[in-house]
Amino acid sequence: MIRKNNSNIARSFVAHFTLIILSFMCLFFFYILIVNSTCSHAELQKGFSALPKSNALVNFRNVANDGTFPMLKGIVNSIIVSSLCAAICTYFSALTAFGLYVYDFKLKKVAFTFIMVILVMPTQVTALGFLRLIRNMGFYDTLIPLILPSIASPAVFYFMYSYLKSNLQLSLVEAARIDGCGEIKIFNQIVFPIMKPAIAVQAIFTFVGSWNNYFVPALVLESKDKATVPILIATLRGADYMNFDMGKIYMMITVAIVPIIIAYLFLSKFIIAGVALGGVKE
Amino acid sequence: MKKTKSISRAKWGYICILPFFVTYFIFSFLPLVDTIRYSFYEYYRSGIRTIGPNFVGFDNYISVMGPDFFTYLKNTFILWIIGFVPQIVIALLLASWFVDARLKIRGEQFFKVVIYLPNLIMASAFAMLFFTLFSTSGPVNSILANLGLVDGPIDFMGTPTGTRLLVALMNFLMWFGNTTIMLMAAIMGISQDVFEAASIDGCTPRQTFFHITLPLIRPILTYTLITSLIGGLQMFDVPQILTNGQGNPNRTSYTLIMWLNNLLRAPDYGRAGALSVYLFVVSGILCIMVYRMVNRDDEKKIRRRFNRN
Repeated sequence: MIRKNNSNIARSFVAHFTLIILSFMCLFFFYILIVNSTCSHAELQKGFSALPKSNALVNFRNVANDGTFPMLKGIVNSIIVSSLCAAICTYFSALTAFGLYVYDFKLKKVAFTFIMVILVMPTQVTALGFLRLIRNMGFYDTLIPLILPSIASPAVFYFMYSYLKSNLQLSLVEAARIDGCGEIKIFNQIVFPIMKPAIAVQAIFTFVGSWNNYFVPALVLESKDKATVPILIATLRGADYMNFDMGKIYMMITVAIVPIIIAYLFLSKFIIAGVALGGVKE
Repeated sequence: MKKTKSISRAKWGYICILPFFVTYFIFSFLPLVDTIRYSFYEYYRSGIRTIGPNFVGFDNYISVMGPDFFTYLKNTFILWIIGFVPQIVIALLLASWFVDARLKIRGEQFFKVVIYLPNLIMASAFAMLFFTLFSTSGPVNSILANLGLVDGPIDFMGTPTGTRLLVALMNFLMWFGNTTIMLMAAIMGISQDVFEAASIDGCTPRQTFFHITLPLIRPILTYTLITSLIGGLQMFDVPQILTNGQGNPNRTSYTLIMWLNNLLRAPDYGRAGALSVYLFVVSGILCIMVYRMVNRDDEKKIRRRFNRN
């Protein structure tokens, strides 16, 4: 028995040690980033220092006033795209899930099977046709092609559908009907509130996914004032960065990353529970 | 009476799913048809002259399937596998540790929050960060020099192995937390009785892991493998930004989607189309595998529910 306890203590030690190393790896790079974003170019030239310096505000002002990389405008664009994506994606996915779960109709099985087959289909394979379509529709270099297609998000639909299946009693819908509630009202006022937890989780994931998306914006956006954050980061990488103020570069990356980290710290419990739900597929 | 009612409700079913299918039709299905159509045409720009569209049959398919294709396919696969193997191994270890009550892991919530964090980071910004950190005059080299570990700066991105390892490290950091949490949920889904029985029968932790946990979570492991493979096939942001779209050194970190991106920009629609169709076929096969697995699970659940009743 004592030997068994000892082995557990040893294993526990190894587990904690590994976890600490991995956590260090996860945080280390962001720590350097944040420290470096507070340094001036001259301070960075001297080599790495472990403690933050006092140049953060100057760097931030430089980033905000830079016309070549309109970072703040980029953040505004990214927020517009990501929030609208999150809103319409979750609303219409919930609506689709509701339609397929509550009603009986001829094509129900076909429609469901179809969505399940395209569940993990990469968007890149249709990029050529998508690009041409966007040009023909006159949406090239606008934010619309980044937002509208998110109405059809199979993975979000599947999450909503599973959630409805375990949380919505059909008798509730029936009762509402008897009380004279219209079908649209049933969805908007009864089912939608029930789905709030699922919608919140998926809204976060859709927001982040859209915020981080690079492939599609890189294809359909051209002018600088339409650029989203990932596009600006890519432009930065393509520029002759060695002549730049490195403090400013670190600040630009910070500005792109840190808002999401801050939001994550507030919502982390929620987000991790959402990830775990995706894992309960047995 | 009842029948008319159900017909009138069927209408609502169609109305609810209409936006999804209309959007999918316009923004995914039509583009797919258009992509396939252009894969049979010669249509590219050479200087300021546009050539085509002329119908050329399967020429694009033959020309795309050259040595470049296999090189980029190999690169994509290598970049994926050297990130995926440590990811799944570490995730399995962490997940089994987290659920093992005997280990008394402290700060479980803290560790989960930290290891999931990189998953939310913008891949392009993360790659740009790694590019600056690991450049010859960057902080990592400066730290290594201060510690006296290296004589001169290491050119991490100057060798194929270095670049590939950096890409793999980023992919690993971005995904191992996500996989850990998913596997943990799967392990916690296993009935506690099984573990208790094993423990009474004198199973060591190692035996429990290999003979009970692993076989029972195999479906989700396969699911993780295939979805990760699909993700790997789409690998773009990280190598694109890290190498500025060049796949340097000597195109050893150039992926299939980076190539597609380049063909779309050239533009060389014919060859981009053919490449897309190849990718479509491969992802289609993977999609059907995912579909089968998700569906089989549903059937199993239904069967279990029947048994319970």
